Amino acid sequence: MRGAPVKSLALHLGLIALLFALQFVLPAYHHGNLARIMVMAAYAMGYNLMFGYTGLLSLGHAMFFAAGMYGMGLSVQYLGLSAGSGFLAGVAAAFALSLGVALLALRTSGVAFMIVTLMFAQALYLAILHFAPWTRGDEGFVIPRAARVFLGLDLADPTIRYGAALTLFALVMLAMLCLVHAREGRVLVAIRENEPRAEMLGYDTWRHKLFAVTASGTISGAAGAAYGLLFGYVGAAFAQVPYSIFPLLWVLLGGAGTLIGPFIGTLFMFYLIDIASGMTDAYMLAVGVALLLLTLFAPRGIMGVIRERWVRWLP
Amino acid sequence: MVAVKALNGGDLVTTRGLCRHFGGIRAVDGVDFALPEGELRALIGPNGAGKTTFVSLLCGRLRPSGGAITFAGEDVTALPAHERIRRGMAYTFQITSVFANLTVRENVALAVQRRLGQGGGTLGAETEGALARVGLLERADQPARDLAYGHQRLLEIAMGLGQKPRLLILDEPTQGLSEGEIADFITLIREVSREMTILLIEHNMGVVMALAERITVLDAGRILAEGSPEEIRANREVQAAYLGG
Amino acid sequence: MEFGPHLMLAMLEGLVQASVLTLTALGLSLVFGVMRVVNVAHGEFFMLGAVFSWWITQAVGASPALGFIAALLLAPLLVGLIAALADWLVLRRIEYDPERTIVATIGLLYIIQQLTLMSFGPDARPVPPPFNSRIALPWFEWGEGGLSLYWPWGLSITSYKLFVILAAPAVLAALWLVMARSRLGLVLRATRIDGEIARTFAIPVEKVYALVFGIGAALAALGAVLVVPIQQAHYLMGGDPLLLSFIVVIIGGLGSLRGTVLAAVLIGMSDGIISVFFTPTLAKIIATLLVAMVLVFRPEGLFGERRA
Repeated sequence: MRGAPVKSLALHLGLIALLFALQFVLPAYHHGNLARIMVMAAYAMGYNLMFGYTGLLSLGHAMFFAAGMYGMGLSVQYLGLSAGSGFLAGVAAAFALSLGVALLALRTSGVAFMIVTLMFAQALYLAILHFAPWTRGDEGFVIPRAARVFLGLDLADPTIRYGAALTLFALVMLAMLCLVHAREGRVLVAIRENEPRAEMLGYDTWRHKLFAVTASGTISGAAGAAYGLLFGYVGAAFAQVPYSIFPLLWVLLGGAGTLIGPFIGTLFMFYLIDIASGMTDAYMLAVGVALLLLTLFAPRGIMGVIRERWVRWLP
Repeated sequence: MVAVKALNGGDLVTTRGLCRHFGGIRAVDGVDFALPEGELRALIGPNGAGKTTFVSLLCGRLRPSGGAITFAGEDVTALPAHERIRRGMAYTFQITSVFANLTVRENVALAVQRRLGQGGGTLGAETEGALARVGLLERADQPARDLAYGHQRLLEIAMGLGQKPRLLILDEPTQGLSEGEIADFITLIREVSREMTILLIEHNMGVVMALAERITVLDAGRILAEGSPEEIRANREVQAAYLGG
Repeated sequence: MEFGPHLMLAMLEGLVQASVLTLTALGLSLVFGVMRVVNVAHGEFFMLGAVFSWWITQAVGASPALGFIAALLLAPLLVGLIAALADWLVLRRIEYDPERTIVATIGLLYIIQQLTLMSFGPDARPVPPPFNSRIALPWFEWGEGGLSLYWPWGLSITSYKLFVILAAPAVLAALWLVMARSRLGLVLRATRIDGEIARTFAIPVEKVYALVFGIGAALAALGAVLVVPIQQAHYLMGGDPLLLSFIVVIIGGLGSLRGTVLAAVLIGMSDGIISVFFTPTLAKIIATLLVAMVLVFRPEGLFGERRA
């Protein structure tokens, strides 16, 4: 029992160290991919906090990712904020949106919760289209290279970009690690496993769920803001349904309620889609098939199976 | 009687005119009830008498249709369940409701850590203490779903003990236990009752007679009788409604 | 055009929308009502109906009318069979668990949509209407000589649109007859009330579920066959009907068939009318937010009955 946090800390620090080392050996193409994967894995970890640990299935997480991205992008574009303050503006936007959505959506549960989150996300996507004079609608807009400088570092430079993506990934992973080993994390799992019982142990389950949704939305927004800054583009596609489905798929594939699962799932799915899109325009077929197969045959995902069979202490 | 109450610091729980209707059915129908602190009270009655509904109203799982509930001198009628639990109630479910996928230890730790809050490094020790008391310590690292039914009932009780409540509500705790397990249960509850007030819903009259200081009989949502085990045994109305059929 | 005739035109367009939406939403509502699951792939069954309709009319070739009749009969049947098969192979295996069903039907959504992209291609394709004469409509005005009728320029409807408007009530009536009078209807109603109890009465619940899932998809396909001579077939056309059906089913009260019909007419009409006067995007934003609020504050829907 006592050894478990130490072992899991070692495992996750090891993964971060491995990712750090990989940048020196990877060819440019995969180097760039991995930077993207790390940012998206941060998004997936944010999603996992709500879905994997608390048992709340959202179908609208793209709205938080987009809130972070547009909060950053619009404030850099129109208010002339620097990269750092723009990032914070994006995080703040995602925080505010997730708090508002949580206050409303948590009045529902189960299927209604899924549809409410879907509807809110759809409304945000349509709002981005509607305010096209500012958001440039479907087309999106490019963050000028001059604005993508943080503490004198050029975020468009591949090495800096990789480092920034790794920093975000590592911070989110370590924060999640602290959370799941902390008492709060155990209460979230208790809510996932048996909410009425958690309530009857004296936990204000509503308040804990509010925390989970808000923290999850804020992390997702941080990933969105970082993605916009690192890759220099803000677009409505990131607010659309597929970007709500992706984190669900990544987490399901990697293993819901495991810390490392979201990264594994993002990595696998990214390359699966990458390969599929090389073969056909209908590459989203891979997403559909993966979702179906996972639901039918492996609802616990890759790390879920590994934890169940071999490594019980895995957080 | 008055002297005993004074000794125990008065009533821990009272209800006044407590009602709960489901559609047209009055599951609990105007119950005035008082449980002095420190007492071990049994709540009995035929099936469908409203026992579980009544304790669900006490601990806040259900909202009353009318009436008032006080706990430790405070009106808790409007408080949600978790606020009542925080004030010192604990409820063990009639249908075993443990966290099946967590270990036995994690189940009890969840009960203990809520009481300790953020501070307190005694979480591990207190968890093991509660587990030792019900005899589940050597099974601490098994997933709760792997426990035998009787052991799951004991785990429920350990979760109750872990909360160190002022009032422990046990809803049919011996249902499905073997004779030997029931004997151990009686010993355990007798010991625990020195530390807290207990409200016990029970069908097994042997358990009731062995443990209860006083008995409340519920029938059709109303209190039919209340008194010592001897008085209840002698009560004709109770015999007609319940004991003798 | 003046306001009056303009509004009338908008209402007729609204009725066409409402008719198609009623059929589509009814399919979703039937599935939810009987099986208690949400079919996210419902819009794709609609799209399949449109695509099959194009294929069938192409295959029949000769006359648009003959092709249309063939499509009207065959497309819903084919789509229904595909849906029933999907139910049997997928939903039955995950025991109709509500959350897993949603994830699985999202998977189905992408599979159907992307397979269509691979076979049908990315282009929108028109289907010729079976008949399409223009019917001018009169309007009235208060002139010096009192009330008089005249035919404003542009106020007209095609005979085909009129047919679509009338088709929904006809299908509804047929469906109602089946539900109320036939043995199948009785089985459906029993299963709808309680699957477990239905099982004890020797109703083959799993087969009923596959049938219901098929009928639900077939209704969506029927709506699509009707709409495709007005709006072209395209592999991405399933999104809007799905969203609108969701809205209708939620506003109408989850699983309530009567509420669904009421809401479909209301939403279809207002969607048609609003989009004439406002930008469609703003109308959709308002509609989605409204629906989310209904789910949050009145989960039984606006027309559903409040349960104790």
